[in-house]
Amino acid sequence: MTTRVLIVGAGPAGIRAAQTLCTAGLRPTIVDEGARAGGQIYRRQPEGFTRPLEVLYGSEAAKARALHETFDRLVASDEVDYVSRTSVVSLAAGQAQVLQDGKIRLVPFDRLVLATGAMDRVAPVAGWQSAGVYTLGAAQIALKAQGVALGAQIVLAGSGPLLTLVAWQLHKAGAKLAAVLDTSSLGTQMRGLPDMMARPGLVWRGARMRVGLGRLYHAGAQLERIETDAGGPVAFHWRDARGRAQSTSCDTVGLGWHLQAETHLADLAGIPFDYSTQWAQWLPHVDPMGRAGEGQYLAGDGVRILGADGAEIAGRLAATACLQDLNLPTLSPHKDMQARVRMERFAQGLSRAFPWPAKLVRATSDDTMICRCEGITAADLRVGSALGENEANRVKSLARVGMGRCQGRYCQLIGAELIAAKSGMSVEGAGRLRAQAPARPVPIGAYQIENDP
Amino acid sequence: MIAPAQGRIVRLAETARSPVDFWYDSEALRALDGDTVLTAILLSVRALRDAEFGLEKRAGFCLMGACQDCWLWQETGPRLRACSTPVAQGMRLLSQPSDAWPAATPEGET
Repeated sequence: MTTRVLIVGAGPAGIRAAQTLCTAGLRPTIVDEGARAGGQIYRRQPEGFTRPLEVLYGSEAAKARALHETFDRLVASDEVDYVSRTSVVSLAAGQAQVLQDGKIRLVPFDRLVLATGAMDRVAPVAGWQSAGVYTLGAAQIALKAQGVALGAQIVLAGSGPLLTLVAWQLHKAGAKLAAVLDTSSLGTQMRGLPDMMARPGLVWRGARMRVGLGRLYHAGAQLERIETDAGGPVAFHWRDARGRAQSTSCDTVGLGWHLQAETHLADLAGIPFDYSTQWAQWLPHVDPMGRAGEGQYLAGDGVRILGADGAEIAGRLAATACLQDLNLPTLSPHKDMQARVRMERFAQGLSRAFPWPAKLVRATSDDTMICRCEGITAADLRVGSALGENEANRVKSLARVGMGRCQGRYCQLIGAELIAAKSGMSVEGAGRLRAQAPARPVPIGAYQIENDP
Repeated sequence: MIAPAQGRIVRLAETARSPVDFWYDSEALRALDGDTVLTAILLSVRALRDAEFGLEKRAGFCLMGACQDCWLWQETGPRLRACSTPVAQGMRLLSQPSDAWPAATPEGET
């Protein structure tokens, strides 16, 4: 029997991993939450939409086309088993529990490639629980996959490459932006520049987008609060780089500070984690090819946030590692390993230029929500933490931060920052929330056995 | 109840698709084929539902299936994630659980 390889996620990493495995004659199964392969960055619009790829992906249109066509070809020739609109909700030795069409079923595998991607990382801004406050990624998905703007007057705030990119894409598509507020100062951004020059083309493109945004873009903004009424945001209050109070009218806000690896399944697979001070988050422990435990491989933004190009490389490398371990013929990974070093250097520059705003998070006012799922405030967590518990999982038990439906995805790093501030220990010292299955909400009926009387 | 004074979402492109009619809190709304439930509703209304643990409304957050903010109810009982479910002709959506929860009545087991 040939080796059964399960790939989770059909973004750039998952697609390149699948293609690489196919060249060795394996027929991997790819389980993907999307309706169509592509992942988030190369997300495809629904059938019947007509915008050309150049409009959807700009300078990256050729890469998107190549990736989509590669995968479509693999599906058409039956070289892969593509299972779309399906979530892996739990992992045990050799078995994945998946949720498809409202039913749970088991997918057995011998080897596992996790290419689960990343999500927006958010910092709490007073008022962010209101309807009409989204992530930057949400604003981009709405535009790409639906051809819509999430509001008539939008403020984007945060830091990182996505801030400028989403702002530019919305602006170009005809959405009305009210302001783009970057919490990183120009001075800080310049400090990241030397390493970012490992990929001068990207720096150049980013700079051109900035110029295109003109006076909408503000570096070194201090975010104060989102003023809301019953219907959503009405104004964003902030201070400019010179400390002057500003108020920008808006009906919609997009927030995001770079990305956070989606690591739930890696945790359920038993893969150990290291705290990355560069990314200020916990990341799965892998070797340079993406090997984790026995028969486990990780690729893409779910393990190291190198972006779409880096994800394609990491997907090939992880699959190559898998083939090496199976003693199957592989192409030399040398070129990809070299390219990956360049990506790492660029990413290092990015993380220095657009840092997580630890100071802003630590100064979160007591009445600001930090858990959107269950409406838990900074004060609630500080009380939980004040009881002498300075470990994330214990604070979760006391304050419920991380117990809501997103399972701590959006509040975990905020919570750790606040625990660290309160206790004087490092964020790493506050620990990491243990992932719990299922990784997505599952209706109880989905577990019902078919032939139940 | 959410007052449908005006929508939140603004269409920028892809307007030449066929219309889809559906119901949201017993109000007839119209969207286009290929819209998600989230897009479809927020074109006419400012939020999807009430927050369970606060006074504010909710209208989705991540749009990629990670935050679980946009779950809605259907008159037939099952909930759905509005950001990743395409709207369908004749859908009957609710911002709050129905009083006539089908599971509470044995004959509603469909």
